[in-house]
Amino acid sequence: MLLKDIARRLDLEVLCLENRLDCEVSRGYVSDLLSDVLANTRAGDLWITLQTHQNILAVASMNGLAGIVLINGRKPEKAVIEKAMEEKVPLLSSPLPAFEIAGKLYKMGISGTGEDAEGVQG
Amino acid sequence: MTAEKRLTKIQELVYELKVSNVMRHPVITVRPQDHMSEFRAVLHDMKISGTPVVDGERLVGIISIEDLIKWLTEAEADYSIEQKMSKEVVTVYSDEPLVSAISKFEALGYGRLPVIDRANGRLVGIVTKGAIIEGLLRELEIDYHEEEIHRYRASHLFEDIRSDKTELTIHFHIHGREFEKGGEAASNLKKILKRLNAPPDICRRAAIAAYEAEMNVIFFTDGGDMQVNIMPDKIHIDVVDQGPGIPDIEKALQPGFSTAPDWVRELGFGAGMGLNNIQNCADDMKISSTVSEGTRLDILIFMEENAS
Repeated sequence: MLLKDIARRLDLEVLCLENRLDCEVSRGYVSDLLSDVLANTRAGDLWITLQTHQNILAVASMNGLAGIVLINGRKPEKAVIEKAMEEKVPLLSSPLPAFEIAGKLYKMGISGTGEDAEGVQG
Repeated sequence: MTAEKRLTKIQELVYELKVSNVMRHPVITVRPQDHMSEFRAVLHDMKISGTPVVDGERLVGIISIEDLIKWLTEAEADYSIEQKMSKEVVTVYSDEPLVSAISKFEALGYGRLPVIDRANGRLVGIVTKGAIIEGLLRELEIDYHEEEIHRYRASHLFEDIRSDKTELTIHFHIHGREFEKGGEAASNLKKILKRLNAPPDICRRAAIAAYEAEMNVIFFTDGGDMQVNIMPDKIHIDVVDQGPGIPDIEKALQPGFSTAPDWVRELGFGAGMGLNNIQNCADDMKISSTVSEGTRLDILIFMEENAS
């Protein structure tokens, strides 16, 4: 599924790089520990987190993540958005908590393992 | 490349290139005593729209398709070219920069400018807007090829160098406590490795190992140094700090063990996973540490893909 379709269906606020949402999202990952994300994600994953500082972009760009969804209505500082544009990592935001976002994604067919999650009735 | 950059490149080129670089030559010319009907044949045969008029070696005028049309519509007798040509000819010197020809075109609206050799005053070529565009495109293409060759060279650096031992050494200084800058060394290292055409998996593993080591130096010490030696077959990342040291390395290597203070944990670090991440990414890792003197981390990654 394309990131822009996810953004539309989950009503995510796109904080930057609105024109770069055409990438395919392969899996989802929820974590607030940066080392954990580094160790357990791969290119094309969508990362859901409450962390909003600059280092999330280093992590996302290192593993080639599709984008970062910030939860609970969290908004990063301007410098972080600028860094995201520089690293070309789309930043999105939602007022919902992580559990809700992950649940909705799973219903849409995005799983955490990359295996088909589409047995679920949406 | 962005449109803005292209524009600047063209602006640069119009000052750099000389009229002689783009002019067409030899020049098709007519003589003043030739007739308008002959001029018409020249335009038709040569598929051009104007020529300089030359008497012997002297440029005496210029005549264009406009003059021909005027002559045709007025249905006059077959005059000589001399009677119909423009006698006040604007010319450019072959050694002038292209920009002066362009500004003459802009100011006067002419279709062509005869090019004169400054030393002997002879007609050596002709420049049109089309010739200028062609010349610029040719030059841009040369630049483009050179850039491609440079890229190729960077990605084949190690294959191109014949030596008994080739090693590229990169040094990063890591500023302690500067959390905001965290990850800069690692992301620069990743860019360098990509540029050198290292396999994607190697780039990623080296970057993660370097990142974790870098963050450790930032959070726990006042600063340190990362030296990366890139060799054709392996990458060696050596990180040295003068921090507090690790009292019990075995314990530090246990997943989940961390001495990080709360502020570090709140940022999503200090989960006790850093050294394990490095271990998982490295083909070999060594830690040596002395309490209150510092720590040294040696990370080795082999270049073959999926070696670990």
